[in-house]
Amino acid sequence: MGIRFILMVNKQGQTRLAQYYEWLTLEERRALEGEIVRKCLARNEQQCSFVEHRNYKIVYRRYASLFFLVGVDNDENELAILEFIHLLVETMDRHFGNVCELDIMFHLEKAHFMLEEMVMNGSIVETSKANILTPIQLMDKSS
Amino acid sequence: MSGPSLMDSLFQRSLEDLIKGLRQQLIGEQAFISKALEEIRKEIKSTDLSIKSTALLKLSYLSSLHFHDMSFATFHALEVLSSPRFSHKKIAYHAISLSFHDSTPVLLLITNHLRKDLTSTNEFEVSLSLRCLSKIANVDLARDLTPEIFTLMSSNKLYVRKKAVAVVLRVFEKYPDSVRVCFKRLVENLDNSDPQILSAVIGVFCELACKDPRSYLPLAPEFYKILVDSKNNWVLIKVLKIFAKLAPLEPRLAKRVVEPICDHMRRTGAKSLLFECVRTVVTSLSEYDSAVRLAVGKVPEFLVDEDPNLKYLGLQVLSIVAQKHLWAVSQNKEAVIKSLSDADPNIKIESLRLVMAMVSECNVTEISRVLVNHALKSDPEFCNEILGSILSTCSRNVYEIIVDFDWYVSLLGEMSRIPHCHKGEEIENQLIDIGIRVKDVRLELVRVSRDLLIDPALLGNFFLHRVLCAASWASGEYVKFSRNPLELMEALLQPRTRLLPPSIRAIYIQSAFKVLVFCLHTYLMQRGSTFSSTSPDNLPSVVSASVSDESFDNLSVENGVDATVTHGQICTPAFITNESIVNLLNMVELALGPLVGSHDVEVQERARNVLGFVDLTKLKFLNYSVQEENDSEGKGVEASNIIELMHDAFSKELGPISLSAQGNVSLPDGLIVKENLGDLEMICCDIELPSSNSFSFGSPCEEKDGVSFSNLQIKEDSEQSNESTSLLAEHRKRHGLYYLPLGKSEISNDYPPANDPILQGNINGNAVDLVKITEESLVPKRKPSHAKPRPVVVKLDEVDEKPVALKKFESKDDSLSGAVRDILFGSEDMVPTSSQSNLSDKSSSKRKGKEKQHTAPHVESKENLVDDGNPSSRRRKYRSHGKERRHRSPRKKTAEEREGQKEKEKSSHRHGRHKSGQRAEEPLNVSAQAPVIPDFLL
Repeated sequence: MGIRFILMVNKQGQTRLAQYYEWLTLEERRALEGEIVRKCLARNEQQCSFVEHRNYKIVYRRYASLFFLVGVDNDENELAILEFIHLLVETMDRHFGNVCELDIMFHLEKAHFMLEEMVMNGSIVETSKANILTPIQLMDKSS
Repeated sequence: MSGPSLMDSLFQRSLEDLIKGLRQQLIGEQAFISKALEEIRKEIKSTDLSIKSTALLKLSYLSSLHFHDMSFATFHALEVLSSPRFSHKKIAYHAISLSFHDSTPVLLLITNHLRKDLTSTNEFEVSLSLRCLSKIANVDLARDLTPEIFTLMSSNKLYVRKKAVAVVLRVFEKYPDSVRVCFKRLVENLDNSDPQILSAVIGVFCELACKDPRSYLPLAPEFYKILVDSKNNWVLIKVLKIFAKLAPLEPRLAKRVVEPICDHMRRTGAKSLLFECVRTVVTSLSEYDSAVRLAVGKVPEFLVDEDPNLKYLGLQVLSIVAQKHLWAVSQNKEAVIKSLSDADPNIKIESLRLVMAMVSECNVTEISRVLVNHALKSDPEFCNEILGSILSTCSRNVYEIIVDFDWYVSLLGEMSRIPHCHKGEEIENQLIDIGIRVKDVRLELVRVSRDLLIDPALLGNFFLHRVLCAASWASGEYVKFSRNPLELMEALLQPRTRLLPPSIRAIYIQSAFKVLVFCLHTYLMQRGSTFSSTSPDNLPSVVSASVSDESFDNLSVENGVDATVTHGQICTPAFITNESIVNLLNMVELALGPLVGSHDVEVQERARNVLGFVDLTKLKFLNYSVQEENDSEGKGVEASNIIELMHDAFSKELGPISLSAQGNVSLPDGLIVKENLGDLEMICCDIELPSSNSFSFGSPCEEKDGVSFSNLQIKEDSEQSNESTSLLAEHRKRHGLYYLPLGKSEISNDYPPANDPILQGNINGNAVDLVKITEESLVPKRKPSHAKPRPVVVKLDEVDEKPVALKKFESKDDSLSGAVRDILFGSEDMVPTSSQSNLSDKSSSKRKGKEKQHTAPHVESKENLVDDGNPSSRRRKYRSHGKERRHRSPRKKTAEEREGQKEKEKSSHRHGRHKSGQRAEEPLNVSAQAPVIPDFLL
């Protein structure tokens, strides 16, 4: 499994989206998110975007007030994951138009939907923005 | 009925309302959430599916972001799932993939829902259920839905097909037998030209190949095609990952892929792909020099970049290369050293690791100098990181890389003075360790220790206490190297020592004791040589003094540092006059007097010992001062005898002690260890049991001593091992009958003094030790360029021997890869494979063991055959494993074959579930895969 989890966390450390690709109990998740937020949010702009945590790495990137954190296995390509984060943001941007934290809060289900289009079983399956968004747009139209 | 329902749905809070309410936080988050949860619990029981689904949606939200348990709603989620409306289904699937896991009780009820949606004509419904399956599939779901997934894998709707391909990974993992059904189709998808499908398939194979690369070697041609043809960086990265796993297994494959990878490296503009190429080359293709050079040539692009991410990755690549190609690190030395002062702690640590990788015998001095200077400027955390890595690198393999120990000891002293240093304990251990192991360094060690001890400021630093402890021990133990023992004495007794913890203070006092004895003895010797003719009564002491002096001289000559030592020798007595001795004794009394009432037993007892000794001897020196040489009374003689004996006791050298030394003590005849244990317990109840590594040394001279003396004697020896030993010694004194007689001490004393030639005599179990030592001394590790030869470092057997690596079993060989191999390696191999594996399943454990023994040697022989690349090897191999079957006794063979036949029919279902069977199966597959690859490689 390449990607273990994807988190979106705001500056205050509140989780805005959490997607796990392995089963964790609520308590484990709470602990994990707490640790990661403490570790990553304390870092500054001059520091690199990779943090080793437990037995895996976290690749993160900050967009405005939102941190995108991706937990990956150690042999995953960090730069590719950074590109993936950027792709995710661009995709959401295209859908919501200038995406912000509130968009994700109020359309959490849609954000999940996009993620699930992009990642299955922890590996990236879709990297074309059009392919990711078409089903969502179709569904929006039909409902 | 519709009335309340309508009312409910009108007044139900939507998810949006919930989020808004949460944001306003009028009544506090927790209160608001629990109120919302209460509502949800009610709403979710509603018969109206839209109310139910909204409730479920809200619950999913709270569960996902606020960690609220939603397991109570599992059944309701299923109900929503059965709704005909797509929007409800979507909510239900979302909730299910968030909350279901392998042990969810209603998991089995979902099978039919999933099946229905998987066969739906609406591709979005199919997609939803596939996505859900990729998260929650367990054995049962995977088994029951395999046919549907198989169908979908060749669907003409790409949207569905790629998801079906992706979900296969989870299905394979949970239910390996599905490989038999789906694997072929998965491979077919590998040829698909559509980029969507391709990235999904490659993703699956990348994960599969990570777990067990060997099974996928036959697919190398397909992967190769993708590596050459694909333009998609995501796909290329995955393919590179696969080759990184496959290449080390098959040299011919590595040879084949190295060129295309280099091509990518030259051409690509994408840093992520470039990085992956570089990493693949340095991890898996490190034998291909040109490729490695090309890859290393790309590293500076990363290292000098402004982007900290690239810098970090560049350093990481270097640390991978460093294991095999150290030159790559040296090439980028400048950038690496520069990164030591980066803003990012992660980068700093990476570069520190690299710098340490560069350390060798020749440059350890310079690098340590640079690092220590750097540590001075760094923040405390990184400073200790640096110090820690210097300490561990330098002490690796019994100080393998250190040639100049004088330098290293002074470096240790310097390091301990760095303000942020928290490595006191490690430095303490190394100082003592080096002192014991390396004779030649003791002079310098004493000098460094003196500098540390004499500085009153250092006593205030808590982290330095352990270092001071080592320093005080070293200067006490090797006081004969000291230039000015009187000054040392002052340092050891200075008032600020009250800042030390009692355990260390006790060591200070003990060291002061040793120094005191040394001073008195030196003084006596000095006098003795002057007055020996006039006072015949002093004769015995003089004789033994000169003997010990002589042996000491021999020793120093042998060590090759005689010039400096004699210098110390010459100047020492010059300081000591009768007056200074009297002053010394007064100072001891003054400093230690108050400690007689100390609350700490260790401190108190040692202080008492020293004061007792002073009492015994003081009179003599007072007499001396009054009546000079006219002293021929018994009392004076007695005192000098005591000093003599004490000096002998202290000058006995301590060697490093092997952890297994205790085991070498043979049990004396007639000793019944278990006798009287009941009594012992009663006696011991007031004393803590000594730790296992402490024991008391005996000493031959003890036998002629008075009883009152043996206590001190033992204390001296035990000093080095542990405080608790002194308790033991005390105990020994009180309850002598439970101990071995002291005369036996020769036996227990086989921990040799450092590098003592006599040790060859009494060694029995330490033969290895001996060989090491002689090797050391015969062939000193020295380079002609070194001005000074590397001093002898005493080693002990268990320090030298690397821990035996645990035998690795092929744990990876799970049922999944077994199944994959079966598919990939044709039917002819399947027959023996399945029969054999099932054989071992069925057979008794005894037979299983036997079978493993049979197969084990074949593993190696066959792998060799695979490597030699002989096309005819296949047949030979096949024969050889036929032979293997013949190895078995005929009786068993028939029985097994019968079972094998029987099992063959069932094998398609049962096979692969039993791990025990897989181990036996493996070699056969290994042999079988060779033929598939050459077609491509030749």
